[in-house]
Amino acid sequence: MDKPRVGVFICHCGTNIAGKVNIEEVKKFASGLEDVVFATDYKFMCSDPGQELVGKAIREHNLNRVVVAACSPLMHESTFRRVCMLSGINQYLFQMANIREQCSWVTEDPELATSKAKAIVSGAVAKARYLEPLRIKEVPINPNILIIGGGIAGIQAALECAEAGNKVILVEKSPSIGGHMAQFDKTFPTLDCSACILTPKMTAVGQHPNIQLMTYSEVKEIDGYVGNFRVKILNKAKYVDHNKCTGCGICMTKCPYKAPNEFEEGLAMRKAIYTPFPQAVPNKPVIDKETCVYFKTGKCRACEKFCEPKAIKFDDTDREVEVNVGAIIVATGYELFDTRSIPQLGYKKYDNVLTGLEFERINNAAGPTAGKILLKDGTEPKSVAILHCIGSRDKNYHEYCSRVCCMYALKYAHLIKEKTGADVYNCYIDMRCFGKGYEEFYHRLTEEGVDFIRGKATTVLNYNDAKVLYPEMVESIGLTDSEEDRKKLLVRVEDTLLKKTMWLPVDMVILCNAMESRKDAKEIARLLNISIGKDGFFLEKHPKLAPVSTATDGVFLAGTCQGPKDIPDTVAQASAAAAAAISLVQRNKVVIESATASINEELCSGCRICNDICPFTAITFDEAKNKSVVNDALCKGCGTCASACPSSAITANHFTDRQIFAEIEGLLNV
Amino acid sequence: MNYYTPFLEVTKTIYEAGGEDLKKCYQCGTCTAVCPWGSVREFSPRYIFKLAQHGLEGYEGDELWLCSTCRTCVDRCPRGVGIIDVFTSMRSIIAQTGLIPPTLRTVLGSINSNGNPWAGKREDRNIWAKELDIKKFQSGTEYLYFSCCAPSYDPRTKKLAVATSRLLKEAGIDFGIFGKEESCCGESIRKTGDYTTYEKLLDSNISLFNSNGVKKIIAQSPHCLHSFKNEYPSKGGNYETIHYTQILFQALKSGRLKAKKGFNKKVTYHDPCYLGRHNGIYDEPREILKSIPELNFVEMLRVREQSFCCGGGGARMWMETPKEERFGVLRIKEALSVGAEVIATACPYCIQMLEDGRTALGVEDRIQVMDISEILSSVVF
Repeated sequence: MDKPRVGVFICHCGTNIAGKVNIEEVKKFASGLEDVVFATDYKFMCSDPGQELVGKAIREHNLNRVVVAACSPLMHESTFRRVCMLSGINQYLFQMANIREQCSWVTEDPELATSKAKAIVSGAVAKARYLEPLRIKEVPINPNILIIGGGIAGIQAALECAEAGNKVILVEKSPSIGGHMAQFDKTFPTLDCSACILTPKMTAVGQHPNIQLMTYSEVKEIDGYVGNFRVKILNKAKYVDHNKCTGCGICMTKCPYKAPNEFEEGLAMRKAIYTPFPQAVPNKPVIDKETCVYFKTGKCRACEKFCEPKAIKFDDTDREVEVNVGAIIVATGYELFDTRSIPQLGYKKYDNVLTGLEFERINNAAGPTAGKILLKDGTEPKSVAILHCIGSRDKNYHEYCSRVCCMYALKYAHLIKEKTGADVYNCYIDMRCFGKGYEEFYHRLTEEGVDFIRGKATTVLNYNDAKVLYPEMVESIGLTDSEEDRKKLLVRVEDTLLKKTMWLPVDMVILCNAMESRKDAKEIARLLNISIGKDGFFLEKHPKLAPVSTATDGVFLAGTCQGPKDIPDTVAQASAAAAAAISLVQRNKVVIESATASINEELCSGCRICNDICPFTAITFDEAKNKSVVNDALCKGCGTCASACPSSAITANHFTDRQIFAEIEGLLNV
Repeated sequence: MNYYTPFLEVTKTIYEAGGEDLKKCYQCGTCTAVCPWGSVREFSPRYIFKLAQHGLEGYEGDELWLCSTCRTCVDRCPRGVGIIDVFTSMRSIIAQTGLIPPTLRTVLGSINSNGNPWAGKREDRNIWAKELDIKKFQSGTEYLYFSCCAPSYDPRTKKLAVATSRLLKEAGIDFGIFGKEESCCGESIRKTGDYTTYEKLLDSNISLFNSNGVKKIIAQSPHCLHSFKNEYPSKGGNYETIHYTQILFQALKSGRLKAKKGFNKKVTYHDPCYLGRHNGIYDEPREILKSIPELNFVEMLRVREQSFCCGGGGARMWMETPKEERFGVLRIKEALSVGAEVIATACPYCIQMLEDGRTALGVEDRIQVMDISEILSSVVF
């Protein structure tokens, strides 16, 4: 390697660094270091003129090592590597010295900050001397895209990718796509019918030549790396041959066995052979093995008897399919908080205490009450309380705000007023109406005569329990032993604006329960090698600058699996994820990490310690040679194997022992 | 005409006194809606917090002394505000000015001169044990039995210490007691905001316990349990503390204690705030009751984490409460509503407050108030 000619460029970063560190002093110090042939400073190194400065210096001073003392490598290492590459030197001959996050931003005393900056620059220069040029590696990319989850996010992403010409495999766990949006009645703030805007997209997915739809299926295993994922998908046995089935629906009418209908939130039953809802895509049934009595006793087979095209297939089996894709979009959606965790609210203890989704089904014309708002006994409520923030904004359950509930609470208030004229009370802490048309919707609502109570409701009691615990209260608010009053629920809340604690006698209580991550989220995260945040949702790469990417290249997020959001934001994010996926796969080639580990065959003893220790399963064993081998494409250069190897046979490129020791000496020899 | 403006100096003083959690309150009103006071009068802890957040006058009024530290609000608070600590901090600021309720002044005076809140003589501290032949605690004794000040000076709760110590002896447990050298555990004293007196108590007890090699404590009162377990360690007093129901339950399970007869009554159990919500002990007292032959156990509506405070905690035991506002009355009514003939509990303060409720209602012939130790004692001996 030729003699190092190091150029040192010190950034002011406005006042971020210059406000604490004495740039002149550091520059003078740097120019005095051995092998440094050029040292300068500039206000914003990452800007165009700043980068120009580097390029110019490389050419004019024949630099073969570049050190930029500025912010963190995470911010601009790639920026300056690119400058090096464009100026004709290998990107890996560049070293970043972080004198901002690790120095000026965390040191109070300017003198100490300056001496620390000098040490950091000295360390960077010392390491730079031993840097080696590394080969840039590219792998081909498979143009297919896998989308996990067939709700509105998955559907939107699938259509965008398919329209771009990419082949899409859309995997959905339940028998139909549509997700939670298919369960809704009207959507805020326009009060569009949810199914009316969703079903055209569902149909488009079902008919698109580029989309291979796998419903009643689950992703079981994912191998590989960005651009080259090998995915094993389980197609669960449907026991109905969808190629023969015409979707006539006779089997469903004849089936004598029932189970609670998941789509109806348990408020109605479905048959053992079923489609989740009438507009299902595909509109062909599956048989639920757990409920179908044939699988327990061999009897019945009514569906088979009545099926003209002979589509019933009791000998159907689960099938495993393997697909190769270049990018994966995760759109697995959400679940709702189980309100039984707050027993004081009476959910599942008293009648007529409902969750948001249950009330949604009651409002839906295709739901268990044909769209009429009815109490359990079939009568209409004369008063309803809607309780905001149940399980959300609550350190005892979920600290985050679920974002959509204030809006759907307003929507419910409107629907109740429109359909029944009942008294409506909204118990809220804040009204979060942030989106387009949302505040206007709130304004419209207030004109409908809803009683807004600013306070979080804490307790729900039925008439009997209230009479035992608060007999004087029950009497004083005018409740009697009449049949009507005995059905009442009493909600306790402090109106914080009035400073009066109240009891609200109502017929029905709706709980705005929190959106939470699905219980199988951990399993999916493991499969995909992505992280889960503190709030339980999948972690994006950067909340502002990379909201649809993950730390795992090639895996993108869309929809509520990344965090609570409404339909407009879900669709926007799905399009964004699709754009990111399309952008990736249409490149045909992707550059992968160069700073990987390499194993010196001669030194390798075949002990295989590195095989299991690798967090990216990037090391395999060559039985014939009795040596371990690093898969360059999977290796992320974390260095774990290099430190674990007892024979010192593994080099962590760009972080070799010699480079690291040099850096340490550089830091200490100031 | 009043002109209002925030006075953040006062707010900062409250933060410095230990009320930092005040910052977290987002004024949702949960605390006010769940507070037991709401059953008998208007009281908004949330409002007091808002005044305190602004540093406005009003937080230092009488209402500051209403909190019985039952912890119902803390459990439900969505922001995790240490509401009890905020109240105690505000009380400590007032305590420094001497403006505490007059009855508390007597209590604190008694603590300072005699080591107990009941104006009883120090020398009389273990008179309850006179005829029981209980040894004095010394180094090597396994457990210190801490009876609480109430049984020493209150005739009703004296029976609790007598019952428990007899049961402990019967179960073959090695324990001893202190006498006049011992002082109040300090739990209620801390809640008055008089931190000086409180620290004196702890220093005195810790020095007594440590110099005598105390390692394990059996507490009669959940308040003492709470103090020894949660507050003594930071002052150098590290003792493995359990409630008497826990060790007696173990004795029953292992057969060292046996019920020799039945207890043919309908019994309900009132979870003391300091045993239940504060220290998570709900099952052992119930298991003891359920293991007694012929005992018909029924639960009230507000049980376990939802238990309704007796009104004795937070030093309320020594403050005036108008008859129609006493929690004990409501609790006895609730017990009667499930047809209970006995309301059982496991705390000397609860016993006193529930007995007061029973008398106030005039239902002595319909329901009895009994401690777990008394019920168990009646079937073991």
